[in-house]
Amino acid sequence: MRETFIDTMTDLLAEDPRTAVVLADISAAAFGPAAQRHPDRVLNVGIREQLLVGVAGGLALTGLRPVAHSYAPFLVERAYEQIKLDLDHQGAEAVLVSVGASYDRAAAGRTHLGPADVALIDTLTDWTVHVPGHRDEVPALLRAAVAADGSAYLRLSTQSNDMARGNDGSLQVVRDAGPGAPLLVAVGPLLDQALAAVAGLPVTVAYTHRPRPFDIAGLRALAGTEVILVEPYLSGTSARVVGAALADRPHRLLTLGVSRTELRRYGSPEDHTRWHGLDAAGLRRSIDAFLARALV
Amino acid sequence: MTMTTATDHTLSGRVGALLERVRAGREFGANVYSTLDVLQVLYDRVLRITPETADDPDRDRFLLSKGHAVAGYYAVLAAKGFVPVEWLDDQGGPASRLGDHPDRLLVPGVEIGSGSLGHGLGLGVGTALGLRAQGRLDPRVYVLLGDAELDEGSNHEAIAYAGATGLANLTAIVLDNRSASHGWPGGAASRFTVNGWTAATVDGRDHEALHTALTGHDNHRPHVVVAVVTNGE
Repeated sequence: MRETFIDTMTDLLAEDPRTAVVLADISAAAFGPAAQRHPDRVLNVGIREQLLVGVAGGLALTGLRPVAHSYAPFLVERAYEQIKLDLDHQGAEAVLVSVGASYDRAAAGRTHLGPADVALIDTLTDWTVHVPGHRDEVPALLRAAVAADGSAYLRLSTQSNDMARGNDGSLQVVRDAGPGAPLLVAVGPLLDQALAAVAGLPVTVAYTHRPRPFDIAGLRALAGTEVILVEPYLSGTSARVVGAALADRPHRLLTLGVSRTELRRYGSPEDHTRWHGLDAAGLRRSIDAFLARALV
Repeated sequence: MTMTTATDHTLSGRVGALLERVRAGREFGANVYSTLDVLQVLYDRVLRITPETADDPDRDRFLLSKGHAVAGYYAVLAAKGFVPVEWLDDQGGPASRLGDHPDRLLVPGVEIGSGSLGHGLGLGVGTALGLRAQGRLDPRVYVLLGDAELDEGSNHEAIAYAGATGLANLTAIVLDNRSASHGWPGGAASRFTVNGWTAATVDGRDHEALHTALTGHDNHRPHVVVAVVTNGE
């Protein structure tokens, strides 16, 4: 996804003189050719994330469309106050593009893990959040985010589904178990695991790569009594959205995602997927327990 | 570049009266008064901004980073016609557009909302870069900070980067009222000059010295003016 982002962004810099890329060393070498062609619009501030977002805010105030890019924990967590004040409070808009989602760099340890990014962005107002599940979903999402006026967060990962899906970001039914069936909403790269998890179960599965704004209308149209959220970031991040959307209906909600506990373990992303119960077997255990209670 | 025919004396009197209107009997800290002279010299003689050009993309930008020094700022904006004088009454009240920190979306002429220290210089660097990227080589970006505000590390990210890249259309102004808890041994200016900025340290009460310093950039490097005000009021 990262390479697709760099290629598409390099094209956008050539196509649209309003665009600018702000970097904090991460991916700076890969943007080298673009920086040579557009030295005033490809800006590497060094390892300075507060400045990364502050500069994006200043660029936006002059009418440019900045795209700021770094590792998720540095971009969103370290520079959170800059996102809140240098962008939102100024009425300045930017596109933030992260790599390293959740536990892509599992062996790097806690410092490079960023499962809370979407929850943090969700404390802000009117942000669009894109979580592509496949590299081929990235170009359209990036182009749409840059072409729009508002602020957007594009969360890139090394985790991927086998094929690209998605449309405008509304819930897309991938597996239809009929009216009233439990609804599983899978976000981004966890779709394949979710599909494998519910094999043989009468569960409808819908996919989205745009958790914000969440497709409320689609959710209300598809949801019966049981709703299961499978998100590749902090567990429960979208619970408030689903709860509010279904406030007028009796419903039960199971939220699955990355747990809050610091594991203090290294290994691979696949190990962390399993340890957080987000592999097919782990998801199946949680879903079976959730649906079994519905029958009591 | 002078924008008004008013003399320093009359503007001071006008601004002073307007500041009293903002104050409305409240106690103001020394930081409010220590900033007034710099603001007057900037708006009188340096900045190419008027209420009519407040949205002109080629205007100079003034970013008040030390957002708590707001009372004199509002008084100057009112004196210059950016905001109605009546707005100064009930500053901070429930119906007022003028908070204890300025909000760019509420107050005409205000370039950034500030208050949390250490945000203005980064925004100023971005603004200067954005102007340069669009070929707007005439406008200049001025950012007013305090010496205690320099404690915030975000400033040093901006100082190092602006110096290293020779961001020539940026001027930082450090209002040095010696309020940083641990001081700046060797002077605040040295933090900038070691990174390649030009610098002038002047008496923050001396309008001629301030004017000379505020127009002393060489158009090749970023420039800092340290305005020293050690006697409070």
